[in-house]
Amino acid sequence: MDATITLRVDGEERRLTVDTRTTLLDALRDRLEATSPKKGCDHGQCGACTVLLDGRRILSCLALAVAHDGADVTTAAGLGSGDGAPGGELHPVARAFVDHDGFQCGYCTPGQVCSAVGMLREAEAGWPSHATADLDAPVSLDDEEIRERMSGNLCRCGAYTNIVAAIREAAR
Amino acid sequence: MTTTPSTPSVGRPLTRLEGEAKVTGLAPYAYEYALTDPLYLGPVLSTVARGRVSAVDTARAEELPGVRAVLTPANAERLADTEDREFAVLQSDEVSFRGQFVAAVVADTPETAREAAGLVDVAYETLAHDVTLTADHPRLYRPEEVNTGVEADTEQGDPDAALARAAVVVDRTYRTPMEHNNPMEPHTTVALWDEGGGRLTLYDSTQGAHPVRHTVAGVFGLDPERVRVVAPYVGGGFGSKGSAHAHNVLAAMAARAVPGRPVKFALTRQQMFSLVGYRTPTIQRLRLGADRDGRLDAVVHDVVEQTSKIKEFAEQSGVCTRMMYAAPHRRTTHRLAPLDAPIPFWMRAPGEAPGMYALESAMDELAHECGVDPVELRLRNEPPVDPSTGEPWSDRALVRCLREGAERFGWHGRDPAPGARREGDWLVGTGVASAMYPHMVNPGSVAEIRYGEDRRYHVGIGAADIGTGALTALTQIAADALGRPLSEVVVSIGDTDLPEASVAGGSSGTTSWGAALVAAARVFRAEHGEAPAPGASARGTAPEDTATPGYSQYSFGAHFVEARVHADTGEIRVPRMLGLFSVGRVVNPRTARSQFLGGMVMGLSMALYEQSVVDPAFGHVVNHDLAQYHVAVHADVSGLEADWLEGEDPHAGPLGSRGVGEIGIVGTAAAVANACHHATGVRVRNLPLTPDLFLR
Ligand code: FES
Ligand code: FES
Repeated sequence: MDATITLRVDGEERRLTVDTRTTLLDALRDRLEATSPKKGCDHGQCGACTVLLDGRRILSCLALAVAHDGADVTTAAGLGSGDGAPGGELHPVARAFVDHDGFQCGYCTPGQVCSAVGMLREAEAGWPSHATADLDAPVSLDDEEIRERMSGNLCRCGAYTNIVAAIREAAR
Repeated sequence: MTTTPSTPSVGRPLTRLEGEAKVTGLAPYAYEYALTDPLYLGPVLSTVARGRVSAVDTARAEELPGVRAVLTPANAERLADTEDREFAVLQSDEVSFRGQFVAAVVADTPETAREAAGLVDVAYETLAHDVTLTADHPRLYRPEEVNTGVEADTEQGDPDAALARAAVVVDRTYRTPMEHNNPMEPHTTVALWDEGGGRLTLYDSTQGAHPVRHTVAGVFGLDPERVRVVAPYVGGGFGSKGSAHAHNVLAAMAARAVPGRPVKFALTRQQMFSLVGYRTPTIQRLRLGADRDGRLDAVVHDVVEQTSKIKEFAEQSGVCTRMMYAAPHRRTTHRLAPLDAPIPFWMRAPGEAPGMYALESAMDELAHECGVDPVELRLRNEPPVDPSTGEPWSDRALVRCLREGAERFGWHGRDPAPGARREGDWLVGTGVASAMYPHMVNPGSVAEIRYGEDRRYHVGIGAADIGTGALTALTQIAADALGRPLSEVVVSIGDTDLPEASVAGGSSGTTSWGAALVAAARVFRAEHGEAPAPGASARGTAPEDTATPGYSQYSFGAHFVEARVHADTGEIRVPRMLGLFSVGRVVNPRTARSQFLGGMVMGLSMALYEQSVVDPAFGHVVNHDLAQYHVAVHADVSGLEADWLEGEDPHAGPLGSRGVGEIGIVGTAAAVANACHHATGVRVRNLPLTPDLFLR
């Protein structure tokens, strides 16, 4: 069964027809040629498909496109410079990934970058993690916190040390 | 090098040239080319490990709207060359392992392809199968040779007599499990035949565009010039993408049914566990005979591994023992059990990674037996020349790596007693292991240099960057070879339309391709001088002997690890790892460091997590996804440090560099296991080191 939906992808309104079984990830990659989010497992186990859905990080392989009619999707290609406007300079988190060599093959990277942007917002909003010792104090993003909060994003190239360094810098 | 500008590019820590394209996700991987009207392939995999396909009912699949073709062993085209049975896709009804292709569907959408594949009814005539490796498997045989083309068995002196008279003998068996490469980008091919059906293009995820071209052209009986392989961006490989696999052939067969339309085929994570290779499980018996001071008199390394019945792959796990330490009496053997299992293949440092785990664990046991510090024990067994060939070393820096690594790690003053340090609920220990990796060079790569209207040098070579930083490193090498600044050099890679390049494997890429760039720059300058006219171009080929013959050439390293094991739960944490390496000249310190760190992370992952569990009843890997096949994640990695000794290898070729891609995973697991023993007093001799094994 097909359904027609509208998605706002990286600031652009897109109307498309999808099979009701189509995941948000496949809608982006196969229907809209928005291939910034990657498919590593299709089962919510690797984080490569992470995008920001209405501002929050989600695994787009675990979302059905029809369930998100009208949603706002930001991929790593549409993060812009971080001031809300797409295009132009690299987002500071993405910039820090380049500077710290926070990737090798680059396949997990758009997901890592989106996840980091979403994670920084969660921390700013005071969301605790498993690594948070004091649930009442504001979150201070030390390396252990960053590692814990980023652990849903696998990197088989093992760029973790540099990814944490990049996020640490971007968080300042 | 021809001329070098005042500031050489080699040696500078440049950020990756393709960095922006990768962090935004705009760099196109194999699946992601904007092609017109693609179709999608849904494969059907065998559900038995051995037998025959007795019937395939495609009616329900064919009735599904949007299905364009269904391929079965009965209707698939006959291939030109199927001597390599990995590529004999749908050529007979025989099933040789579970998870083998037995049919495929081509459809308009990925959802339809998957549904239709599920509607193909395959009936089997099942035969008894054997998927279990044992040390005394009744069909063990000695392969003609092992991976890298060296002999399966070697013997020097009289190891049995030497072991019989040795004051101290360590006789232990170590086991490593089946492991899967699991690059983050699934193996993917998009196949497109032109309308006339005479030319095939593959957008592929591979470590070698040209090697895939040759394989696929051979299988289909085509002139290689008629096959183009495009792979500028590759989402990791770690060996599994080092050759074509059956999915390349299947995609090309399927696309033949719909000429002019691209067929997209990305394996699922689950399918990758049977179709693209894996590291064989190993059973390794190590016997060390030494005097009371730990000086080796005999070393024996007997390796038992598995291969598939349809194609042999012999991992060279015992080869490291042939050259690592001095000992007059020595034997190494490799035996294979042919199983009804998928075909094993390269996984990062094939041979060295499992082999050095066993050898370096045994060395730790010997140090413990003799009451000698494990660093000192290795220093005492340093061979003046390569024991396997008698050749002098080109640049053997193991002693320096061990000494300087120990210094930096704070090894000295270590209390050797195991199980003696406790911090709260945690038992704390430290461990060391040596690392090594052979200097490999593949001859014959070709590079082309063209001076453009834009006053820049356009360099082309069909090399692959699988995350190694090859594109950036090659640009640095080309700039120096031409004696021009980086801004005047543009390198293109990853396409068979570019000159022939060898595979990205054996940590050989930068050296092998770099030699071609240096050769091309020489020819270019000789023909066109320092002030070429736009349009001037030249080609150069890497020489047969890039490295100086007569020298034994290896990279070396030392791993130092701190491990903490929870006294009540057995949970293992590794807060600190230091790897110090010697790899000759480092072309790009930033990307080289990433390679070392990445190798060490995979070594940590091998030590603590990775294990593919085969169901003996059905013959498949039961934990065939990333939720169950565990790899190291962010939370597992802290305090990781990699560094190297400055220098260059005068015998390694024009760059003076050896590879950096694999040595980081070599020895790592032994260092972790040795640290866990030091922490707890429990010696675990099989990987991975899971918590239950430390509970007594
Ligand atoms: S592709 Fe979505 S989590 Fe792996
Ligand atoms: S950069 Fe390759 S998987 Fe992370």
